[in-house]
Amino acid sequence: MVELKIRAPVQPKEHPDPSEIPTLEPGAMADSKPYSASEEHQTAIGFPGELVDDWKERAIAKLGELVSTSRGLRVYLDTCVKCGACTDKCHYFLGTADPNNMPVARQDLLRKVYRRYFTFAGKYFPWLVGAEDLTEEVLDEWYSYFHQCSQCRRCSVYCPYGIDTAEVSMAAREIMDSIGKGQKYCNEIIGKVHKYGNNLGLQEKAHRATLEDLEEDIEDETGVTVRLPLDEKGADILLVTPSADFFAEPHIDGLIGYAKVFHQAGASWTMSSYASEAANFGMFIGSHENMHELALRIRKAAEDLQVKRIIFGECGHAWRAAYNFLNTLAGPFDFLDQNYPIPQHICEYTYDLIEKGELTFDKSQNDHIRLTFHDSCNVSRASRMGDEPGGQFDIPRAILRATCNHFYDMPADTIREATFCCGGGGGLLTDELMDLRKKGAQPRMRALQDVADEHGVTHMAAICAICKTQFAKVMPDYGFDMDSVVSVHQMVSNAIVLDGQITDDDDDDEEKAEAPGNGMDAAEEQA
Amino acid sequence: MLTTVYALLFYVAAVVLVGGVAYRVWQYAKTPVPLKIPTTPAPLTRGGVVMRLVREVVLFESLFKANKWTWLFGWVFHAALLLVLIRHLRYFTEPVWGWVAAMQPFGFYAGFAMVAGLLGLWARRIFVPRVRYISAPSDHLMLALLVGIGVSGLAMSYVARTDIVAVKAFCLGLIYFDWQPMPADPVLLVHLGLVALLMIIFPVSKLLHAPGLFFAPSRNQADDPRERRYAPPLRTPARSAR
Repeated sequence: MVELKIRAPVQPKEHPDPSEIPTLEPGAMADSKPYSASEEHQTAIGFPGELVDDWKERAIAKLGELVSTSRGLRVYLDTCVKCGACTDKCHYFLGTADPNNMPVARQDLLRKVYRRYFTFAGKYFPWLVGAEDLTEEVLDEWYSYFHQCSQCRRCSVYCPYGIDTAEVSMAAREIMDSIGKGQKYCNEIIGKVHKYGNNLGLQEKAHRATLEDLEEDIEDETGVTVRLPLDEKGADILLVTPSADFFAEPHIDGLIGYAKVFHQAGASWTMSSYASEAANFGMFIGSHENMHELALRIRKAAEDLQVKRIIFGECGHAWRAAYNFLNTLAGPFDFLDQNYPIPQHICEYTYDLIEKGELTFDKSQNDHIRLTFHDSCNVSRASRMGDEPGGQFDIPRAILRATCNHFYDMPADTIREATFCCGGGGGLLTDELMDLRKKGAQPRMRALQDVADEHGVTHMAAICAICKTQFAKVMPDYGFDMDSVVSVHQMVSNAIVLDGQITDDDDDDEEKAEAPGNGMDAAEEQA
Repeated sequence: MLTTVYALLFYVAAVVLVGGVAYRVWQYAKTPVPLKIPTTPAPLTRGGVVMRLVREVVLFESLFKANKWTWLFGWVFHAALLLVLIRHLRYFTEPVWGWVAAMQPFGFYAGFAMVAGLLGLWARRIFVPRVRYISAPSDHLMLALLVGIGVSGLAMSYVARTDIVAVKAFCLGLIYFDWQPMPADPVLLVHLGLVALLMIIFPVSKLLHAPGLFFAPSRNQADDPRERRYAPPLRTPARSAR
């Protein structure tokens, strides 16, 4: 037998590795900057209207104040050994190749100034430890690169000391705000919440009309009267959800899902027009003051409406702010029913009902969907659901498996605690950063391509308003339809069998098309 | 003269090391932690947190997830350093404690492992573009310092043996304030000089990662904000609440 050793030609991989490390391109993203906040946006939330004359002194003083009031920040700035473990973990680095998007390099932009003014080595041997004076160039770098961090904490998972770049970028933004160099997108939105109660600037009348329209839609579709109550005093449950759920696709289908679940459970619930926003952008800019202000709205709504429980809708950073911070900022919540978690996630609520066998699903309603799940970063790495660590991964998946016959996970190093950010989180979901957003989505899109090729996956469920908006916007660039991103509770909504529901399968296909006007774009900036 | 210089050097180094680290630890401890920020999934209890930190300290768990080469070199270096330090206890105890004596053979080989680990880390710092990009001169010098300590130490065992009985007398003399002559062996002078330097820069350098790990809220907080209200004073309360 003749041995013919033919080497198969090296096949170019059909789709590259999501975590593929690019060759460094210094300065590649140096020009990426969000629009500056106007004087009006700045002053409305307690910051100077424009760059103050003595900005350098005030920035350094603010940095000193922050390191002496935040142990995490101080320890993170001191302990980095430059081991490089984080260097290939940021989706923005993987997507842009700009070395300043390596987490440690991003931290160093602030660390070099901290060292110069606050450490022995940096004061006397700056050249040795890479310490630098605060100059206009440095401030410019801060503005650019601290707005290229979505505060997703992926680097923190891999850091041997748990250094969390999110804390560093929040501090940097807080410093910039305090000297009058704020970012328009976040600051304008926070002002809207203070004024109107939500990121959209949606007022009560329009809010109520939207919900009434949705009630009609559900009745047309199912023949069942499902309510979406607003400001109903004495209801048991206050639902606080991102305002994108009222307008954007696919968010709104998630909201319909929550309503159907509450309806089927026979729950007494309401939303609030005063606290009509789960998002807390105060977190993105590191402003405890604004975070506190927004958290207090939710407390006041709960008190005024005399509810017994607070449940949060699908939103990533909002769940972090609710789960980890609400109790600290606006607690104690003695007046709520202590038999339920305070606060509770809508997925926990739905999952409990599924476990108790109180919901019936017709999974075949989702047979046109082959599904995967995108773990949102703030849910994954900054919160929990259920009683066990990691419940934030298992509970949404359990809901999806209960409502859909075809579920496939993306590669293991791109999900759960290793999940890649959508590319639009942390206050970056604004049009002028579209280039960054598209590049930052690359690792996630590659992971999605992997399961699309492997398992014929057609849709990806997400559990965060920002993720949903971001994906709907950037997916077409990667060859996916904008509606291939779905809400977790959209899957619930499709499959749930309501008591007394008309079961006419023929209707199903038409419903998919109904998006309220051009809601997508309206909500784009506000999600 | 030489004895006086080195004796004083080590007293200064010891005071700086202990005082400096104590100051930094005190500084970390008194700095407030305004919010719950554990990196999740995180343990739900204090006991779980202790285990998480033990795994980080003993196994370098997070680094293992991040990068196997860095983990390998880093872990080998630190584990070997521990063995070497244990081995060196024989210079400060009389009679030598039983377990220290038992560890001597391990410490013997650990010297090589330590230097090998350091060279691996240094190679990454030089040859991996990402790591080279983030390296400051001090990062290279720190490695040079540690390699210098390791190599000079090994040299005294394998190349130019030094009078370790005299060294031990000098060390014990420092402890009991009964100075004994320092052997004028150039390799020893280098070795001890570098060790003193390392002790002095410890509190003002990235070597603070050692105590720092225990103070990182992302690692040392329990994930229990709903079960137990976390309520330190707010850093900056809302204007409406002041």
